[in-house]
Amino acid sequence: MVEWTDFERATIQDIFSKMDYEAVGPAALSRCLVVYPWTQRYFGNFGNLYNAAAIIENPMVAKHGITILHGLDRALKNMDNIKETYAELSVLHSEKLHVDPDNFRLLADCLTIVVAARWGKAFTGDVQAAFQKFLTVVVFSLGRQYH
Amino acid sequence: MTTLTDKDKAIVKALWGKISKSADAIGADALGRMLTVYPQTKTYFSHWPDLSPGSGPVKAHGKKVMSGVALAVSKIDDITSGLLELSELHAFKLRVDPANFKILSHCILVVIANLYPKDFNPESHASLDKFLASLSLALSDKYR
Repeated sequence: MVEWTDFERATIQDIFSKMDYEAVGPAALSRCLVVYPWTQRYFGNFGNLYNAAAIIENPMVAKHGITILHGLDRALKNMDNIKETYAELSVLHSEKLHVDPDNFRLLADCLTIVVAARWGKAFTGDVQAAFQKFLTVVVFSLGRQYH
Repeated sequence: MTTLTDKDKAIVKALWGKISKSADAIGADALGRMLTVYPQTKTYFSHWPDLSPGSGPVKAHGKKVMSGVALAVSKIDDITSGLLELSELHAFKLRVDPANFKILSHCILVVIANLYPKDFNPESHASLDKFLASLSLALSDKYR
């Protein structure tokens, strides 16, 4: 089981309480699709992903970005049980969606960068460490049920 | 994976033009974050008296790292040749595991996003990420 310090718990709750899901979700997913274009392989039915502008303006990408970000809420509410919390979603991503789990790490990196861009000075090294630890646990849990 | 297009080079040079005046601060911040977020990287600096973010050794080394980045920008048309000396240094003397180049690159990107959110749009991010990957590859070119 993952051990969280009080600082880490407080920091992670704080980041998400201030999170503008409607802006950050789309920004993180579209950034991932632009910076790591091979991730577009999972979105063949999302319409126009032809260039960066198209990706950023794509409403399906935006909607899915929000969905993904809200998916993190489960971990937020079950920080002492993240692995079990994501067992079902892990199976879904493996058996049905066939997503290479390395992509979760790429998206997590993009999310970190979007949050860094929005938080300014408050996004200190310690805050970044807590946030990335949280994302690392989520990413691990999402890949856990692959076989 | 790391061929820089003319567009990538133009984007990197333009972005560097904007951020280079803060290069020392970016380097110090990125290195400090790396040591905090990825504590295993501290193993390379056991000879420093102070590993805390903002300390003398961290600031000095951050500056050194960014001068390497500046060199790579100036040699962007042939980074491998341009960074030959640094590559030999990292291969034979420093022997930094190349996985750590990715880690430091990520921290550099986080700092640039943090300090220049408007300039660090997805396209700039993509080009800079490619550039740092090229740089990392050049640094490990002589490893084996």
